Amino acid sequence: MMKAILGKKLGMTQVFNKDSLVPVTVVQAGPCVVVQKKVKEKDGYNAIQLGFVEIRENQINKPELGHFKKGEVHPRRYLKEMRVEDVNQLRVGDKIKVDIFKEGDLVNVVGISKGKGFAGVVKRYGFKGGPASHGAKLWHRRPGSIGASADPSRVFKGKKMPGRMGTERKTICNLKIVKVDKEENLLLIKGSLPGKRGALLTISGARG
Amino acid sequence: MQAKIKKIEAEAMKKDIAGFRVGDTVAVYLSIHEEKRKRAQIFEGVVLRRRGGKTRETFTVRKTSFGIGVERVFPLHSPLIKKIEVIKQGRVRRANLSYLRGKTKR
Repeated sequence: MMKAILGKKLGMTQVFNKDSLVPVTVVQAGPCVVVQKKVKEKDGYNAIQLGFVEIRENQINKPELGHFKKGEVHPRRYLKEMRVEDVNQLRVGDKIKVDIFKEGDLVNVVGISKGKGFAGVVKRYGFKGGPASHGAKLWHRRPGSIGASADPSRVFKGKKMPGRMGTERKTICNLKIVKVDKEENLLLIKGSLPGKRGALLTISGARG
Repeated sequence: MQAKIKKIEAEAMKKDIAGFRVGDTVAVYLSIHEEKRKRAQIFEGVVLRRRGGKTRETFTVRKTSFGIGVERVFPLHSPLIKKIEVIKQGRVRRANLSYLRGKTKR
């Protein structure tokens, strides 16, 4: 059985797990629907396409609407493919709910991290920067030397420099599920997750 | 969005908390797990302060044990705390009674 679901990050809080207070992220996970199956013979690989968040028909364009009509499912806002070994366990139109997970399961979560804009090397790469005092002037968060002189007389590729930070695809591995709320379709996952509130997340079972 | 988180927090919080205040003398009934054995313990003393809110609220209790001051910080909503009993109500004008630490015998 494929262990993956799409979700929306709601926010963080703390709850008691057994005796200790643990930080959790609340995720509105599913219900998702299987929109399409990709098979090796036809598409070159096996995958399940999941749809998440029901929307009205007039909220999507005609080509997309046709895609949903084909599988006879109601239109969804997000579509995401999950690679699977065997596509025959699920049918188009099948619902996937939070009950595929249980308390204590380990999961990997994929999301888009918060955008930090144009960030310096101290924030972006954790450089030390310069001293805050002792006569330091205009040398507090600078990157230092970026290379040697006449030889090689250039800056090496991949040198860590200031630039755009965040808005990247991030995978957080082996997070524990603290609680599964089947009525509200909520997952409480220990720790923080990428993205801001309302961000789309892919939650899949961790291997091993 | 926030409503669902509030609901989760409400579930994690206790509803039957005795309304004790800073300065009160309280008895905290704890359950302690000792290698498959459960035991009850009572920690009695003066509430020095309450801090934090929602599920995270904690309170500090100070007592004098064999002449040595002992302070413990408890998470208010911890499932390990079975009961909090107010023994004596105190009359204080401060929210944080750190001045009690320097005093002997009180």
